[in-house]
Amino acid sequence: MMTQIVFYVFAAVLVLSATMVVSARNPVHSVLFLILAFFNAAGLFLIAGAEFLAMTLVIVYVGAVAVLFLFVVMMLDVNFTQMREGVQRYAPIGGVVGGVLFIELLMAFMHWRAATNIGQIAHLVPSSPTRTNTAALGDVIYTHYIFLFQACALVLLVAMIGAIVLTLRERPTGRRQNIDRQHDRMVADSLEMLQVPLGAGVDAQGGFLRPRESYDIAAVPGTYGTAAWSEAEARDADGTALVIKTPANGTKGEGDE
Amino acid sequence: MNSPIEAIGLTPYLSIGAILLVLGVFGIFLNRKNVIIILMSIELILLSANINFVAFSAATGDLSGQVMTLFVLTIAAAESAIGLAIVTVYFRNRGSIEVDDITMMKG
Repeated sequence: MMTQIVFYVFAAVLVLSATMVVSARNPVHSVLFLILAFFNAAGLFLIAGAEFLAMTLVIVYVGAVAVLFLFVVMMLDVNFTQMREGVQRYAPIGGVVGGVLFIELLMAFMHWRAATNIGQIAHLVPSSPTRTNTAALGDVIYTHYIFLFQACALVLLVAMIGAIVLTLRERPTGRRQNIDRQHDRMVADSLEMLQVPLGAGVDAQGGFLRPRESYDIAAVPGTYGTAAWSEAEARDADGTALVIKTPANGTKGEGDE
Repeated sequence: MNSPIEAIGLTPYLSIGAILLVLGVFGIFLNRKNVIIILMSIELILLSANINFVAFSAATGDLSGQVMTLFVLTIAAAESAIGLAIVTVYFRNRGSIEVDDITMMKG
């Protein structure tokens, strides 16, 4: 008796919140009612003995999908009141289609009956009374359904890559990492040893930040530690100052190193 | 293990599934302009399918239905992720998410 009361409470809240999902004016309220609906569906799953699925429903839907919906609804600056203009126009059509569908389902119910020998037919995966639901599901998923399981993993991978590819955009002003350029960069391209007289400052030599033609010369791989650098080292031995150059071409940033 | 569902019976579960399916279809018709609510209605339809799977799985004592429900959950999550990504890109390009405007692609 108690089970039936709990079932009908869950079922009533589920149907009511599902109604609110499709009829709420504010899409944020729709998403919140969707979360409520999934919680109650998880309750129905629990009553049916599917504990693992109930927890999965809460984690996947409330934790991931509903948050995704909320994120998109709040991020898009859409005039949602304008969106509901056609509701009165489409409500009769939707009512007719929904009513026809519901009547068909009712007819299917009335003429449906379970097989009489449903207890004796060979089950593919009989649920055993000694195993917990999660352990029994684990036994099945990794043996009978391993290929479907892997296919699901592939579907999720494709969905993830697809979502990234769809939403990723390259801004022309963005500064992205160019690994090849970073690896080609030599010490001689970014450092220069200058002879700076004591007390005179570096203003006479152009200051610290100044472009030079020689900075733009592409560094040749394999020339690390040759001419420019050893010359600088030699000058360093004489007590010269170390001057940090600015990045040679400032638009393509190499500042991520 | 499945004694609770014997107390309730299969029919209430199937009725809940049917009502959810009808509500989902009705929602698609009712919110013809808002893609996000259409996606949520599709989630409701998939949830009704899941309820049917679980109910039959518990009633027949066969775990296959619950495995199928797990896979349906996976597909639903992937579908909503892709759908919302498409909605985001569409809004970025057009500045609205009205379904009626999508006909400009003309397949």
